[in-house]
Amino acid sequence: MSNRITSLFESDLDVVNVGLAMFDEDIAAQGAKVTTLDWTPPGGGKPEILAALDALEVPEVAARIGEANALAVERIADSQPMLTGFGRAIDVVPGMTPTTILHAGPPITWDRMAGAMKGAVTGALVFEGLAADLEGAAALAASGEITFSPCHEHDCVGSMAGVTSASMYMHIVHNETYGNTAYTNLSEQMAKILRMGANDESVIERLVWMRDVLGPMLKEAMEIGGPVDLRLLLSQALHMGDECHNRNIAGTLLLLQALAPSLLQTGFTTEQKKEVFDFIASSDYFSGPTWLAMAKAAMDAAHGIEGSTIVTTMARNGVEFGVRVSGLGGNQWFTGPAQKVVGPMFAGYKPEDSGLDIGDSAISETYGFGGFAMATAPAIVALVGGTVQEAIGFTRQMGEITTAQNPNVTIPMLDFQGIPTGIDVRKVLATGILPVINTAIAHKEAGIGMIGAGITHPPVEAFEKAAKALADSLI
Amino acid sequence: MSITAVVKKNTYFDSVSLMAISTKANSLDEVKQAFVAMGTEMNKGVLGNLGLLTPELEAAGNGDLMVVVEAREGAGADEVLARVEELLQRKASATGEATITHRTIAAAAQDNPAANLAVIAVNGAYAGREVRKALENDLHVLLFSDNVPVEEEVALKELAHEKGLLMMGPDCGTAIINNVALCFGNAVRPGSVGVVAASGTGAQEVSVRIHALGAGVSQLIGTGGRDLSEQVGGIMMIDGIRAFAADPATSVIVLVSKPPAPSVEKKVLAEIATAGKPVVVYFVGGSEEAVVAAGGHFASGSQDAALQAVRLGVNPDAAVEPLDTRRIDEVAALFKPEQRFVRGLFCGGTLCDESMYAMLESGDDVWSNIQKDPGRRLTADSPSTGHTFLDFGDDDFTNGRPHPMIDPSLRLARLVEEAKDPEVAAVVMDFVLGFGAHEDPVGVTLPAIEQAKGIAAEAGRHLEIVGYVLGTDLDTPAPADQIAALQAAGVTVTRSSTETGQFARALARKVKHA
Repeated sequence: MSNRITSLFESDLDVVNVGLAMFDEDIAAQGAKVTTLDWTPPGGGKPEILAALDALEVPEVAARIGEANALAVERIADSQPMLTGFGRAIDVVPGMTPTTILHAGPPITWDRMAGAMKGAVTGALVFEGLAADLEGAAALAASGEITFSPCHEHDCVGSMAGVTSASMYMHIVHNETYGNTAYTNLSEQMAKILRMGANDESVIERLVWMRDVLGPMLKEAMEIGGPVDLRLLLSQALHMGDECHNRNIAGTLLLLQALAPSLLQTGFTTEQKKEVFDFIASSDYFSGPTWLAMAKAAMDAAHGIEGSTIVTTMARNGVEFGVRVSGLGGNQWFTGPAQKVVGPMFAGYKPEDSGLDIGDSAISETYGFGGFAMATAPAIVALVGGTVQEAIGFTRQMGEITTAQNPNVTIPMLDFQGIPTGIDVRKVLATGILPVINTAIAHKEAGIGMIGAGITHPPVEAFEKAAKALADSLI
Repeated sequence: MSITAVVKKNTYFDSVSLMAISTKANSLDEVKQAFVAMGTEMNKGVLGNLGLLTPELEAAGNGDLMVVVEAREGAGADEVLARVEELLQRKASATGEATITHRTIAAAAQDNPAANLAVIAVNGAYAGREVRKALENDLHVLLFSDNVPVEEEVALKELAHEKGLLMMGPDCGTAIINNVALCFGNAVRPGSVGVVAASGTGAQEVSVRIHALGAGVSQLIGTGGRDLSEQVGGIMMIDGIRAFAADPATSVIVLVSKPPAPSVEKKVLAEIATAGKPVVVYFVGGSEEAVVAAGGHFASGSQDAALQAVRLGVNPDAAVEPLDTRRIDEVAALFKPEQRFVRGLFCGGTLCDESMYAMLESGDDVWSNIQKDPGRRLTADSPSTGHTFLDFGDDDFTNGRPHPMIDPSLRLARLVEEAKDPEVAAVVMDFVLGFGAHEDPVGVTLPAIEQAKGIAAEAGRHLEIVGYVLGTDLDTPAPADQIAALQAAGVTVTRSSTETGQFARALARKVKHA
């Protein structure tokens, strides 16, 4: 019985110090090793959150959660999302109708939408020919004739405002391992674009071209070339210095490399093909949405595992940040206020111009890349403070709130450690560490577009609500 | 409008860095607006929209850097450009560390498999949870926190026992493990005396006395103040005895506790028979008969406990000097007739207990916040009456403030109050040195001592102040310096906790019969 005590007496003392820093100095002064935690009261010290955490840590409950979470991260890591095609939303997205507008984040009504989302909605209605102009579109949006629904509730994700209408072309990403499918829109490249809230003629014109040329050409190319293994491309892009959320230069080249031969074989004119290649070259972001659909396909496979405390969705609509949790399944959203995004701005804009955090793109971090993989993207450390060491620190810190490392997607800088995978609601609350999200900044007003990029965090409230619901469901 | 544009040919910065630089440039005091970007068509388009596109800028190519600044009134263009240039200089990284500070015990333990003990000193409301985490990660625990519910303590100790781990504390946060003093502890030389103590300052006192006798400590396990209560049942003291029984480096075991629950005392004493080593038992107010019957060595006080342990396990010739009563005779003559009472103001609970029991043995009434007799129990707010002995480290006094070994303010105020009471003959105080304690406990008390003596002198009384300095010659500050400072202030200095009690009792007797 006392073996462990005897072995303590025979070992070098190596102390974990929790709570009082002065003991650190005393112990170190006596020549023993000591590690002092950066300790904060778990659950922010809120009794009801502590009670929920305690309930989730009762050994029998914790054992069940442990098994469920192991299954969830296995499903995330083993998912093999393949890009299988492109198609119009009305043709491929479940539940899509000609008058449905999908949007980013948790459910929201027109009257509560943020500026960027309103701008995107009105632009989309004009693009679809449902309204003659933006004013008419706003009236239509308010009339109740338009069905607004979260992308996430239709197997989709939408970058930034996430506004997706019937005739927009979607990526079709099939999860080879688990059979589910995810969808997302095409990149509009540039800064003055619909998803960022811009909606002038140039924006609509581009959408029309994407519908009539880019989308159909991509669709035909996929029919010629066959499926593309997106997880493989993602992991290569990570090895090439992308974190695949805010930096996509390598990923875009890899995707282009995969698609180019088939694009050339399509029946479009050489001029049209050149337009498409020019369009792809106009912004590194071209593959950005592709990785979102990849992540969505994997995360949906891990959703709905009874007892799991793993976060399967983090999404924002510009007003609220919503989280979904595997063990609570379905479309149960846990929300809190969307936060500010802090980071460098385009010339001419100030922080007060920024809209709040928006977009489904946090599916990147939910899967484990983006902000979670900062260590692999030294080129963009300016986003997180400026030094490579800080970037590595971000990834390591995310290890404290996740469940496993994904062996299929690794980071050379960290000796090929897998990306931190499976955000655990319990760990977020126990540590007080919130997930870090790399993201773009849209202007707070409709019609302007992207004005910067930076990092943000979810509101802790979303996790608190989820923990309480988990505790209720598991006792 | 003062706008300056510069094109730096063949100078590449990535777009994210440039956004960061632009943001910083725009926040400079001298700058009204700044634009730092590569000379791409898109960026030139933006400048064109702003009406800033000069022919020079128009000629810039994809690999050229454009710097365009609009200075504020009064700021020179060159000066502003120079500031922006500074931002373009890459600075060497200032931070060399990619390691992170862990937030949780689990993460720290998983990152460092060699970790073997957690010191936990968080608010009692969170303590149980952290202890559980530590135990689950196979760490021994010293729980320094107080205000931990006893039910929680029992559950945690049962878990520790099951796993074969130590769960020391809560309350009485002290331990010496592998010659490292943890929380409140003294620099004691390594040796072969194993101490298991359900009392913090009691453990410190015994270890310091062992050191003073030339011996040393193998390990000191502070079990927490409630370990020998009915509820907890001595789980850790029993595990501690067994660990020492198995430890080849320990030649003799000392048990220290405030008065234990009788049933638990019996259980603990039953362990002596199988220990295979001499066991010295100092339970404040305990019975000799029970200890001897169990095969243990009964100690009448902390000094005696140390002495017997050293004699049994280290040096049979160890000895201590008896109390010098001459000082008592001297000062007794100085008191007025109404000065009949002694007041004890202690930081250390067991030191208070030991002196209080010495007083009780003389048959006197003693009031205290740690009195077992409810009729003579005081609270933090009660005025002193008769012989009053207060433990300022008790929860009643510490609620919401640091331990008096760190924050002496309450005790200092009380000392001045006692000086005003015409019935008070003497005030007895302890000064605890060592790790975790105040860096100069005597120094911080001297002004109050002077003030107290002054108040008494003004009223024509002699106020005897008796002080005991707990510490070893290896501690900082050195006890010799602390003692010298007390003596210089006219304080009578005792040489152990036991002697402090003996002195108080002898003085009380003397003034009663005077």
